[in-house]
Amino acid sequence: MRDARDALMVARNTDGKLVSRPLSPHVLDYRWPLSGLLSGTHRITGLALGIGTLLMTWWLVAAAASDSAFAAVQWFLSSWLGILCLCGWTFALIQHLCSGIRHLAWAAVYGFDKPQYQASNWVVIAASAIGTVVTLIVGFVVW
Amino acid sequence: MADPGEPHIDMMRSPLGRARGLGAARAGSGHWWAQNVTAIALVPLSLWFICGMIRMIGASRADVMAWLSSPLPMVLMLVLIVATFQHLQLGVQEVIEDYVRTPSRKLVSLLLLKAAAVLLGLLCIVSVLRLGIGM
Repeated sequence: MRDARDALMVARNTDGKLVSRPLSPHVLDYRWPLSGLLSGTHRITGLALGIGTLLMTWWLVAAAASDSAFAAVQWFLSSWLGILCLCGWTFALIQHLCSGIRHLAWAAVYGFDKPQYQASNWVVIAASAIGTVVTLIVGFVVW
Repeated sequence: MADPGEPHIDMMRSPLGRARGLGAARAGSGHWWAQNVTAIALVPLSLWFICGMIRMIGASRADVMAWLSSPLPMVLMLVLIVATFQHLQLGVQEVIEDYVRTPSRKLVSLLLLKAAAVLLGLLCIVSVLRLGIGM
């Protein structure tokens, strides 16, 4: 025993022997369940979409204001930072949409059993990935 | 133990409280309900919005005006704006209530959030009206 903190971690077992108390693993040592990760992602993409509404507001206000203001927002959106924002926005919107549809199903008490939500985890991941890629391809390549 | 045949009260809850249906948080299920109603509206609206934004890639100001001056895109855009900002402020409110512990900070954040949602929403609405009607 070195200090008070150490002393609290030492106890006697039933034989009267001094042993260190067992510790549970640190919270970060546990494996995240996929559904928990998706729940966190839903919240983060929701907040990201909140920042995205600033971009939508800027675009609409600039279009309503003047040619020079609109040229400025279109210049930003075609810069590398703007394109990065648009790609992030697309992913956030489609991920939040797919995950949100599952939340609506859960709210209707559908698909709430473990095998069902474990399967729909992958449906949400696949739909978000495919939806984002298809939207970006249509937007940047086809259109 | 009272005789089951006797009139008695099983619930630790007044009939008035039950009729009001507001529960311990004194707000009822209004927040949850509004969040879900706007979510349902936003499913088709966001899909339409994605298509609309793809059409507007590289558009001129005149193209945006032409698009928003047809009644249907204009109305859908206005509904999308109202539903989006309502859904957004309800969602961020939940995040603030979960993570901001100090009551004063929580109140200030919530007030700032509501103000931002109203101001940004109105900016969008006025811009769409101006683009569409040409005020």
